[in-house]
Amino acid sequence: MKILCAIKRVVDANVNVVVKNDGSGIDLNNVKMSVNPFCEIGVEQAIQLKEAGIADEIVAVCVGSAKTQEQVRVCLALGADRGIIVDAPDDLEPLTIAKVLKAVYTKEQPQLVIFGKQSIDGDNSQTGQVFAALTDLPQATFASDLSISDNLATVVREVDGGLQTLQVPLPMVLTTDLRLNVPRFASLKNIMMSKRKQIDVLSAEELGVVLERRTETLRVDRPPARSAGIVVKSIDELVSKLRDEAKVLP
Amino acid sequence: MSTLVIADHDNSELKPVTRNTLKAASEIGDEIDVLIAGCECSSVVQSIVNLGVARTVHVADAPYFEHAIAENVTAIVVQLAPAYQHILTAHTTTGKNFLPRVAALLDVQMISDIVEVLDATTFKRPVYAGNGIATVKSNDTTVVLSVRGTAFDPIVPGTLATATNTLDSATFPDPSPTTHIKDELAQSERPELNNAKVVVSGGRALGSSESFAFLEELADSLGAAVGASRAAVDAGYVPNDMQVGQTGKIVAPELYIAVGISGAIQHLAGMKDSKVIVAINNDPDAPIFQLADYGLVADLFEVIPEFIRQIKEGS
Ligand SMILES: Cc1cc2nc3c(=O)[nH]c(=O)nc-3n(C[C@H](O)[C@H](O)[C@H](O)COP(=O)(O)OP(=O)(O)OC[C@H]3O[C@@H](n4cnc5c(N)ncnc54)[C@H](O)[C@@H]3O)c2cc1C
Repeated sequence: MKILCAIKRVVDANVNVVVKNDGSGIDLNNVKMSVNPFCEIGVEQAIQLKEAGIADEIVAVCVGSAKTQEQVRVCLALGADRGIIVDAPDDLEPLTIAKVLKAVYTKEQPQLVIFGKQSIDGDNSQTGQVFAALTDLPQATFASDLSISDNLATVVREVDGGLQTLQVPLPMVLTTDLRLNVPRFASLKNIMMSKRKQIDVLSAEELGVVLERRTETLRVDRPPARSAGIVVKSIDELVSKLRDEAKVLP
Repeated sequence: MSTLVIADHDNSELKPVTRNTLKAASEIGDEIDVLIAGCECSSVVQSIVNLGVARTVHVADAPYFEHAIAENVTAIVVQLAPAYQHILTAHTTTGKNFLPRVAALLDVQMISDIVEVLDATTFKRPVYAGNGIATVKSNDTTVVLSVRGTAFDPIVPGTLATATNTLDSATFPDPSPTTHIKDELAQSERPELNNAKVVVSGGRALGSSESFAFLEELADSLGAAVGASRAAVDAGYVPNDMQVGQTGKIVAPELYIAVGISGAIQHLAGMKDSKVIVAINNDPDAPIFQLADYGLVADLFEVIPEFIRQIKEGS
């Protein structure tokens, strides 16, 4: 079984992002970039399926600029077998990214396509589902547990009310939630070995996809600021402030 | 210009967040229809009729809508879509599951998690865990939106007579190949996290599920919902549906009490629009104090019993 893992290059989760003063967006100068944490969980899941003898090839694919080489390499060092980069601007919309990935899917014919449930920059939570619709595949989103046997995936999903278990026939689309697994660190040996793994760079043109845009981001502002309030000394003082000043207690 | 709102429900009750979604829809235009896709969901239909804000409620009632499987719900929405310029649902795990599929089949770029309607095609939405608020304009002919419930008041009931349009099951789509196995849903007497007036949340510092019972007592004395940080959920102290944050639930209660939570940006993303924030933490430098209205630097195990006692005494 072949697994395709879609990955995104994003600002690292530990960076304090700064909105530019002119409202034109987030300041990305000299900011640490990483594999989107949810995508990394997806790659880890694929590796575990390979270790369990269920998968035999893992392809990591990224739609983005040449800079995404770094993140695709990380996935290869973790255990993906090869990489694909579809050369494109870094800020494409989910619909266009999914169209590009559909073309890659048609070429590669994987049985399982794994996405992160959201990327921590745009926070859209769309690409996996859009891709599933375009390829007419069933989906299991927000997965916190996965087992596969006889071409059937059993997936536990994190939903607002608790957990939901679905059984989905392959080929299918999975999107990962935080508790699916804890990604490993790449060993030095694997980092060295990954340098020999192949990354193919494709163009959207050769895949027959037009990189269009349907929305315009007019500006990005800082959220209304919240300033620190006061420090109280005791529960006594806290309760009386909540009653008499904030009026949120009876 | 007419709008379709897909209701969020559990087949017996309309989820309150639907009213917030309807409010967002009303800021776009007056002509609002609702779709209820479910199974034996007549009480949900009645709730929409009673609300008196929709022209028509479309009812797709069939066994395979029972668990809101994304492929099934998508197909029925896509059938109705040509009559609408706007299609909205709540940014819940149900909405996030099917709405992007709808947008894909309509060849539309959906706009997720809107917090403000500026005009019929321009919206505000948070990005980067709420560190930025983007103003986004859609150039698609159909505008597909998911709505952050806490950013809109619930719609005020109206007097509109709502027609019921029962969809013909012969037109229903072929069912998804997916089989629903089971739901394990939290049963709780407490208010729902999403729309509670008071939320008490605990973090890693609680150390065990037994200690969380302690916070539950505080919550119950306040009539509050209980939330948690990711660290507390990952450690298994509480189930996943309690996680507040960028990748969990978004809450904006009148009062949010964070106990033993450091205030990581991903947690703040889920609660910083609360009206009053209280933080109890033994580290005076914990980031949560930078946005708390009232901070108490203390060991939670020492002060929570006293907090419970004073609340119980006062009420
Ligand atoms: C992709 C991604 C998504 C994430 N999504 C979320 C999310 O949705 N929600 C979320 O919450 N987190 C999320 N996180 C995790 C987040 O970054 C933090 O790791 C997490 O919020 C920390 O939880 P905490 O505050 O409980 O734990 P800690 O950061 O360990 O804080 C514990 C706090 O308790 C205090 N403390 C210790 N003992 C006591 C005591 N006896 N009395 C009082 N105080 C005490 C400490 O001073 C400390 O401040 C995400 C992270 C990533 C990378």
